Amino acid sequence: MSPALETQSLCKSFGALTVASEINFRLEPGARHALIGPNGAGKTTFVNMLTGRIPPTSGRILIGGEDITALGQAARVKRGLGRTFQINTLFQNVAVVDNVAFAVAEREGIAWRMFRPARSYRGVLDESMALLDTLGLAADARLTVAGLPYGKQRLVEIAIALGLKPSVLLLDEPAAGVPSLESHRILEVLDALPKDIAILIIEHDMDLVFRFAQRITVLTQGTVLVEGTPAEIAADHQVREVYLGERHA
Amino acid sequence: MQDFLSSLVSVAFHGLAYGMILYVISVGLSVTMGLMGFVNLAHGVFAMAGGYVMLSAMNSYGVSFPIAVATAFIAVAVASMVLERLLYSRLYTAGELDQVLFTIGLIFMSVAIARLVYGTLPQPVRLPDYLTGQLHFLGRDFPAYRVFLILFSISIIGLLWFGVERTRWGAMVRAAVDYRAMAQSVGINTSRLFTLTFALGSGLAALGGALGAEIIAIQPTYPFEHLVFFLIVVAVGGLGSLRGPFVAALLIGVTDTACKYWVPEFGAFFIFSVTIAVLLWRPEGLFGRAA
Amino acid sequence: MNHTGGYVADPRIRAIEWLPWAIALLCYFVAPTYLPLGSYVLTMIIFALSLDLILGYGGIITLGHSAYFGTGAYAAGILAARLTGEPLIGLLAGTLAAGLLGLITGLIILRTRGLALLMLTLAITSLCFEVANKATSWTGGADGLGGFTIQPILGLFKFDFLGKTAYVYCLVVLFACWWLVRRLVYSPFGASLTGVRENNVRMHAAGAPVYRRLVIAYTISAALAGLAGALLTQTTQFVGLKVLGFELSGELMVMLILGGFGRIYGAFVGPLVFLVAQDYLAKQFPEYWYFGIGAMLVLVVMFARGGILGIIDAIIARLRRTQS
Repeated sequence: MSPALETQSLCKSFGALTVASEINFRLEPGARHALIGPNGAGKTTFVNMLTGRIPPTSGRILIGGEDITALGQAARVKRGLGRTFQINTLFQNVAVVDNVAFAVAEREGIAWRMFRPARSYRGVLDESMALLDTLGLAADARLTVAGLPYGKQRLVEIAIALGLKPSVLLLDEPAAGVPSLESHRILEVLDALPKDIAILIIEHDMDLVFRFAQRITVLTQGTVLVEGTPAEIAADHQVREVYLGERHA
Repeated sequence: MQDFLSSLVSVAFHGLAYGMILYVISVGLSVTMGLMGFVNLAHGVFAMAGGYVMLSAMNSYGVSFPIAVATAFIAVAVASMVLERLLYSRLYTAGELDQVLFTIGLIFMSVAIARLVYGTLPQPVRLPDYLTGQLHFLGRDFPAYRVFLILFSISIIGLLWFGVERTRWGAMVRAAVDYRAMAQSVGINTSRLFTLTFALGSGLAALGGALGAEIIAIQPTYPFEHLVFFLIVVAVGGLGSLRGPFVAALLIGVTDTACKYWVPEFGAFFIFSVTIAVLLWRPEGLFGRAA
Repeated sequence: MNHTGGYVADPRIRAIEWLPWAIALLCYFVAPTYLPLGSYVLTMIIFALSLDLILGYGGIITLGHSAYFGTGAYAAGILAARLTGEPLIGLLAGTLAAGLLGLITGLIILRTRGLALLMLTLAITSLCFEVANKATSWTGGADGLGGFTIQPILGLFKFDFLGKTAYVYCLVVLFACWWLVRRLVYSPFGASLTGVRENNVRMHAAGAPVYRRLVIAYTISAALAGLAGALLTQTTQFVGLKVLGFELSGELMVMLILGGFGRIYGAFVGPLVFLVAQDYLAKQFPEYWYFGIGAMLVLVVMFARGGILGIIDAIIARLRRTQS
């Protein structure tokens, strides 16, 4: 079976500056995989190449065995690639349920319809409400996003991504900026995500990583330092060096 | 052939003078847009104001030409400083639409004030005698005023480039254009830097407006009519760059003059087409940095 | 009062939405001498609606919307001068010509953003202006294009000197445009436009073909602007270069901002207030008029982002709060 997501010799440089070199990465179907690494290791660049926001200098990206390197963002989403953003990237002045509905409508291909009122597409609204319900946001559905506390906005990020029914989900620091009192809620949601979605989580919070991930890839200076199970990573002296070194620096 | 050669020289010469003026007016816009990310459509207002200050000083108060030009520069620079502190600075973090609307509002207001004070007709320009004649060299006559314009603009541009490349202020401006957040974090007082840079840019515009009063007539619709050209210089040249707008301004000056001379039926057609082509090819401008 | 569209918004027409039409009908009977001005206001409302679609809903800042208005105006004028003065064909021609130009230029403009986009809208308008200015045999150049006659509408209603037919004609066309724009705003397409305006990056990540969708919205908006232009040509039986000018784009923007953008009825209130005020003030005190517009823009930006309708909304909201 081909991996849900794969990169082959992925490279990116800006002029003389190389930010990703020869990244070979596999995300198995249904995986719970974490990508960690110190600041400036190239995690964000890697994610942006996966989603198609920036083109790689060389190398290939495949979803379910299909080469998508040349495709735009929308086409990748159509092939099952969903993402959340490290910093909330939401429709601030729009109702929470509409935030999700926009994504559902794109997936269903009805966002081009120009004549019938959007509200008459009951399926979109029902699905969006059901999704919000599973995340515990049903009561907030009609408020605008701007009126929600930050922790709940993080959940809306996840809700939008789920509205796309992805086969691969990239979670870019889902708990970033959330007060620790509320972060357990995010963890609950992560644990309850459908098992058939392959998830790649980019995270700084090591507690979260070791609780959630079955495999961990460590990125430093644009290359894969090591990959393995949480136990292997915890015992790896290279990783310790990178992280301890960073703390002592 | 002789005729063609002589018109070629004449077009190049007039185009050069026009391009220099365009550059002196527009360079401030490039820097403020690159530095502050502010879409200042009202930049032409400062050029017009410079023209009016100079002409009033000369026509009503009998001030000599050099003093009048200097007055225009100083008066507009100081006035723009006040404007920047009171109004512009509140909108640095606002959206593009707000900045566009606000500066269009400023244009409307300034057009009204200019009409109220000076009427709708272009102001007469009375140049001092030493600038009205012809200079004779290389076997031809050149209008003294335009020779003066070119030489004076070159020295201003030289000073400006030296300032940006070699002084502490210039280093701060360059740092702030490239990495705004970093500039703040290393303790550069960006708000004072912005004010001073804005004042200098506006002052230069005033200088260009005053010096070029004979080429670009000073009348109330000035900021509207020439806005397209100022913006083209900056957009085609590249935001935040000094060299880019210089190349763009000279190209526009020479092309526009050439078109008007040889193919008047095409008007500004050519310039707009080239602008569109350049922006499609490089949306960040010829010398702009890719986002 | 706020028409934002989306999947929960109620698309049914509210009672207050009939108010503008009642007022428009009333004007027909009460103020017969003002009908030419009325026709112009109705035409500009269509134009403002077209800008609201792309600026208010799509979030694209353009300084060159008069390119499409002018194209529609000249298309209708040239058609009437050379082929036929049949008004409905003229409207269609203006709409299609502007829509086609909108499609072509939209493909170009919408590849960029920020200053480049602003610049391109300006350059394209200026280019159209130059073309109209120089192609004198077709457009009449600076003298304008006139001397054509428009046939009776449907062969029944002749354009009269008082402007009665013209007024009703404009009103009917505006009604049709309003109905279409309203449907569009409340449709899934309209909702997705709001999404693009609110957060472009997120819309990409939600799998939306943002560029293509904006191009289509831009084309529709341009076609509507062309329709308005054609209407102006037919009701005034003249086309001048002004219809392509940057000043018209600027004034249109002022009208929409004054009324309030992204809310459909801002496009009604803005042109009405602006043009009536202009009719009273502009001729007597042109300087103060321009100063007033400028000051108003600055004030709206600084203090009242929603324009007139935004202020009314805020007042109503405050009244409700004090009651409860």
